[in-house]
Amino acid sequence: MLSIENLKAKIDEKEILKGLNLNIKPGEVHAIMGPNGSGKSTLSNILSGKKGYEINGKVTFDGENLLELETEERAHKGIFLAFQYPMEIPGVNTNTFLKTSINAIKKARGEKELDAIEFLKLIKEKSAELKFDEKILNRQLNVGFSGGEKKKNEILQMSILNPKLSILDETDSGLDIDALRIVSEGVNSLRNKNNSFLIITHYQRLLDYIKPDFVHVLKNGQIIKSGDFELAKELEKVGYEDFN
Amino acid sequence: MDSRQKEIDSLKDYKYGFSTDIENTKAPKGLNEDVIKFISNIKKEPQWMLDFRLKAFERFKQLKEPDWQKPKYPKIDYQDLYYYSAPKSMKDKPKSLDDLDPKLLETYKKLGIPLQEQARLNGIAVDAVFDSVSVATTFKEELTKQGIIFCSMSEAIQKHPELVKKYLGSVIPTTDHFFATLNSAVFTDGSFVYIPENVKCPMELSTYFRINASETGQFERTLIIADKGSYVSYLEGCTAPMRDENQLHAANVELIALDDAEIKYSTVQNWYPGDKDGKGGIYNFVTKRGLCKGKNSKISWTQVETGSAITWKYPSCILKGDNSIGEFYSIAITNNHQKADTGTKMIHLGKNTKSKIISKGISAGKSDMMYRGLVDISSKADNSRNFTQCDSLLMGNKCGAHTIPYIKNKNLKSNIEHEATTSKISDEQLYYCNQRGLNQEEAVSLIVNGFCKEVLQQLPMEFAVEAQKLVGISLEGSVG
Repeated sequence: MLSIENLKAKIDEKEILKGLNLNIKPGEVHAIMGPNGSGKSTLSNILSGKKGYEINGKVTFDGENLLELETEERAHKGIFLAFQYPMEIPGVNTNTFLKTSINAIKKARGEKELDAIEFLKLIKEKSAELKFDEKILNRQLNVGFSGGEKKKNEILQMSILNPKLSILDETDSGLDIDALRIVSEGVNSLRNKNNSFLIITHYQRLLDYIKPDFVHVLKNGQIIKSGDFELAKELEKVGYEDFN
Repeated sequence: MDSRQKEIDSLKDYKYGFSTDIENTKAPKGLNEDVIKFISNIKKEPQWMLDFRLKAFERFKQLKEPDWQKPKYPKIDYQDLYYYSAPKSMKDKPKSLDDLDPKLLETYKKLGIPLQEQARLNGIAVDAVFDSVSVATTFKEELTKQGIIFCSMSEAIQKHPELVKKYLGSVIPTTDHFFATLNSAVFTDGSFVYIPENVKCPMELSTYFRINASETGQFERTLIIADKGSYVSYLEGCTAPMRDENQLHAANVELIALDDAEIKYSTVQNWYPGDKDGKGGIYNFVTKRGLCKGKNSKISWTQVETGSAITWKYPSCILKGDNSIGEFYSIAITNNHQKADTGTKMIHLGKNTKSKIISKGISAGKSDMMYRGLVDISSKADNSRNFTQCDSLLMGNKCGAHTIPYIKNKNLKSNIEHEATTSKISDEQLYYCNQRGLNQEEAVSLIVNGFCKEVLQQLPMEFAVEAQKLVGISLEGSVG
């Protein structure tokens, strides 16, 4: 589904990714762990199409050259990024944002757009599934949300858009145990043989709930080791500094 | 990316850039007593109306064109303009929509205002102004039953002289400023509304203006009177065909609310803004003023200004009656080389008067936006209050936004609050929206509509949807 070959990226002349390789097949859950500044967020930004990077290498998604697609086209093809810092958009109701988003994607795919009633039904269903307080959806998008509410809102969006590849960029940082459980349940409920996940995190904590198929260690712009869940445990013991 | 840019460019090309080929009846070029007499004569006006015009013209000759505004424009040669032009087919007045020149109807269709459908589906009585003469009035009968008068100004002068005589010029006198006085001398047509005592007008009254004939200044005159205890909501929407020469539009709108009456006046202005290099476009120099004459009266202005090369207007409220309320809700958008100097004046004269100003300015491209507003609380206006909120949103780094509030409080028992913010649409916000599947235009439209929400909420339903789309369309191609 996703194949990354020798990916290099620079921003402001500074090299951040230095030849990264990664393959994700349908249904797989990959976790990327690494210290601060190792290039984790850069990787998620490049995959989702943030501008401003000088990029070399090859990235294909479902056989297509991903790097040629606009940010929104990637979203239409099923790439979702749960942001580390979700943006506030004053005056825009969270519901309105979600409806605009899902219908923009449906329209691009040539599917029938949801009307108000169908949308509300979907929202109700998904909020209940995630035990998410619906009241929050009537508030302005992320404005005045607590850190946990913002992250939960990202997961709700993810579960509504039902993406093929979900990238979670440090979604677990700053979450309490309850919020962490909601985030994990969100991921687990979407897990099936078609949907894949790339979970970026500092800690093993989230992985205890999600149980990834693969764990990769990103250090200094490259994946230096890959393994299964055991690798995360090892990493937690040894620490990034001494891990080689 | 190239094909995308092309698509944006084609969208940006003004949708309403066409002009209908109808033979015009024109007054001779230039401004003098004879031309004014010609206008008055062709409209078969009574002597008092001609006197009104001539008095204004006398005054006009002594006035100097103001130049304190921020947007400057090339000098206008007032002797080189036509002051009257009417579609010729109007000589025999149409009795119904079916009698209309098919070309006129076609023009409205292109504008997306099919009169019949519009009227029937939306329950809006449409008084369409094509150039200078009103060509169709619908739903008249239904309104007549309740004693509501909704007709062209020309018709009102003929049929309701007592009302016109009493109120015309009572809010904007013939001795007012340069453009308003010019209008008083040469106005051609416009709408007239009278709501009798204790009548709530059952539908939104609506006028669509359209500037058509080349080199024709448009001088509309609108007069709305809400008698004691009455209510009316009036909508004004505008688009104009593409022209190379700049076209002057100097309309006067007067509103009068008597005891316990309420007038809600909404405008969506989408006149030709000029091309992306700043060539052409309308000069929108309009005088709009409302008088809360009676106690407990209320006047509310809502405007969405997205068009015109230069917008220069301050819809105002004179709060004369005790406990009267004035409101101003504004969205002004400038893109490319557009300029706007707009805001409001709230003049508090009566006791316990309240005013509220919510202004949202959005500038993009190389445009320049100015909010200028006056809040004046007189020494007799005890316990009066004003709240002003003035927000500016900038897109890109070549545009400008300015706020100049004039605040005069001569009463210790009264108070004025002013809040202002300036913000930018951040790349991070756009990226967030893009990642959720919205393209650049959709993202901008969503963010800007959020920014304008408080004002959009004030618009009547059928207008709000149109206005939201317009907000998006006006800013197409302004980012990325």
